[in-house]
Amino acid sequence: MTQTPHHTDVREFHPRARAAIADPKIRKNFRKAMDGLITKRKDAFEGWDLEALRDLGANIRLRALANLPDLLEQLEKKLSENGVKVHWAIDGDEACRIIRDICVARNAKTVIKGKSMVTEEMELNHYLDDHDIEALESDLGEYIVQLAGETPSHIIMPAIHKNTGEISELMHEKTGTDLSSDVEYLTASARHQLREKFMNADVGVSGVNFAVAETGTLCLVENEGNGRMTTTVPQCHIAVTGIEKVVGKLEDVAPLLALLTRSATGQHITTYFNMISGPRKPEELDGPEEVHLVLVDNGRSSIYQDDELLDTLRCIRCGACMNHCPVYTRVGGHTYGTTYPGPIGKILMPHLIGLDEGRHLPTASSLCGACGEVCPVKIPIPDLLVRLRQESVDGDKLNPAKVRGHGAKRGTLEAMVWKGWSWMHARPGVYRLGTKVASRLRRLQPGNLGGWTRYRTAPKLAARTLHERMKERSQ
Amino acid sequence: MADPIKVYPPKPSHVYFYATCLVDMFYPDAGMAGIQLLEREGIRVIFPEDQTCCGQPAYTSGYHDEARAVARAQLDLFPEDWPIVVPSGSCGGMMRKHYPGLFRNTDQETKAAGIATRTWELTDFLLNVCHIKLEDLGEPTNVAMHTSCSARREMGIAEVGPRLIGQLNNVNLIEQVRAEECCGFGGTFAVRHPEISGAMVSEKVDTLTDTGAGTFVTTDCGCLMNIAGFAGKNQKPLSGQHILSFLWERTNPGKEDNS
Repeated sequence: MTQTPHHTDVREFHPRARAAIADPKIRKNFRKAMDGLITKRKDAFEGWDLEALRDLGANIRLRALANLPDLLEQLEKKLSENGVKVHWAIDGDEACRIIRDICVARNAKTVIKGKSMVTEEMELNHYLDDHDIEALESDLGEYIVQLAGETPSHIIMPAIHKNTGEISELMHEKTGTDLSSDVEYLTASARHQLREKFMNADVGVSGVNFAVAETGTLCLVENEGNGRMTTTVPQCHIAVTGIEKVVGKLEDVAPLLALLTRSATGQHITTYFNMISGPRKPEELDGPEEVHLVLVDNGRSSIYQDDELLDTLRCIRCGACMNHCPVYTRVGGHTYGTTYPGPIGKILMPHLIGLDEGRHLPTASSLCGACGEVCPVKIPIPDLLVRLRQESVDGDKLNPAKVRGHGAKRGTLEAMVWKGWSWMHARPGVYRLGTKVASRLRRLQPGNLGGWTRYRTAPKLAARTLHERMKERSQ
Repeated sequence: MADPIKVYPPKPSHVYFYATCLVDMFYPDAGMAGIQLLEREGIRVIFPEDQTCCGQPAYTSGYHDEARAVARAQLDLFPEDWPIVVPSGSCGGMMRKHYPGLFRNTDQETKAAGIATRTWELTDFLLNVCHIKLEDLGEPTNVAMHTSCSARREMGIAEVGPRLIGQLNNVNLIEQVRAEECCGFGGTFAVRHPEISGAMVSEKVDTLTDTGAGTFVTTDCGCLMNIAGFAGKNQKPLSGQHILSFLWERTNPGKEDNS
């Protein structure tokens, strides 16, 4: 199995964006996929009071976050009572170590994985590989990107950047499957290949969509049945989740699930919805004999400290923000070089990797607001992007910066330009004189305005400003 | 910060006209058209001479101290309790939605919050406060419309432009594909990420051109500059106009110079 590459250097965003935009195949694959997802989502919410449902979703998440420490303790207690072993990991490395230790204790050599973004975040596959444990992705999209030696380009549809022809060629080359444009055939081939691995895997690793504190229940949303197989066939199941995924009660899950599946893929409900509350009981015929939950912090508790940034943790990982993002649609998920691409990645990754690494992320948005408009739990993504821009230039003495790597994007020239701009626009007389002089000298206006005029004509200054015209009018 | 509740006031005797710097320097005709449309509704328009810029460019770039210094210079321009009308969803959104947060925990907090509740995007104001009735005096024509993202999402007025144009009997508004998608302007975004912005405006020009209308109107000068600038540079058969200029030209009985 080809090993997944490490996430690429996020600082290379610009060159990768240029390359993606120049690649008609990427442009076409993403445009087609995103247009389809946008339509499906819209249809799926037809007849629903979407605003009311989003309010409900937002409130459930806000309530859970407000009580997060208590809910996590309650979750641990309930899960322990149910026979699930709970582990806490401060960062990705610790989470990887915990998972390896469980594998070693069981003398496990093969791990089958369900879809889990947090394990992408901590690069679990690399870690296990370095410790001679084979990890195989069982979600079809994840399986494809793993075959290709790539990272997921979308959090819900990891292989969305590839079309059927590319997938067929890949499977042919790596697994000997016949070349075919028949999706059914390709899916069946992958299923056949994976079934064998399921039967022989020592450990199953999965993510978690919602962890219910009240009952100690781990909920897993999926379409292919691989989640169910991952969590029931191997004798040991390790679930991994970020600490923010906890909700208070079972009744909180239904609205969130309704929002999640419709927002993500436009489905009213997914094919499978697993609720795991413990290992196999003595009288039961199947299921793992051992279940673990690894609760991963990895920077989340620092987000939690800030009243505004905290909203980032509401995310239920539906991917609707990327599906509707005009920037993501143009450049695709790999351009970001981050585990989470698109709008949610732009507000989440700076916390995970620091603003010094991810300093371009908050600027790569036109602030069009489409992400905030579709977010099922109403995360004010555009506001958070502005906040992170401010943090990246450390530009607000009233609200001193808090995010790691803050101020990394501040450049002397840029800061001076804004100071000069501010000085002029805070002085009405200077502004009027400046704009009047500019309009008189408009024929001397430079024709080359850098990035702007590469694609557009330079804007033409008017012969007389509105200020001048209104002044004449009043005389 | 919750959005200020949008309750339309009764039609006032006076309004403050806040032109925005792009209108002031590049599109003063759109500003004049807006003022004349208001005056035709019997409203006295006050143009505070000391207005400069709402501060948004620095604000969205993360330079909040610099933005606050500029915004602070605007706060004393509206002493009477009259509405403040802005011919831009973007600058209107800055004043309505972001001023309260920008001035939180400062001496200007109350004043900024007051201005936020009094700020209206001008087409919204004409339709929903003035209840304007437009009589179309122009020749039959087709037009496409691009509503800016800030007008659409921040100010929630995506329906206002089409409803105003809908009052014009001889104008056929042709809907573009993906009407809700951003044109790629985004202020400094267009310069910081020129290729992405260029790809976005390229597709926007295509969808607008595909309507066959030949002209488009928009609520914001930023989008106008971006879309018309791309069409111009690439010799696409598409011209643009601010919606206020369009409405004024279609309904102005005299053809006198509106300066």
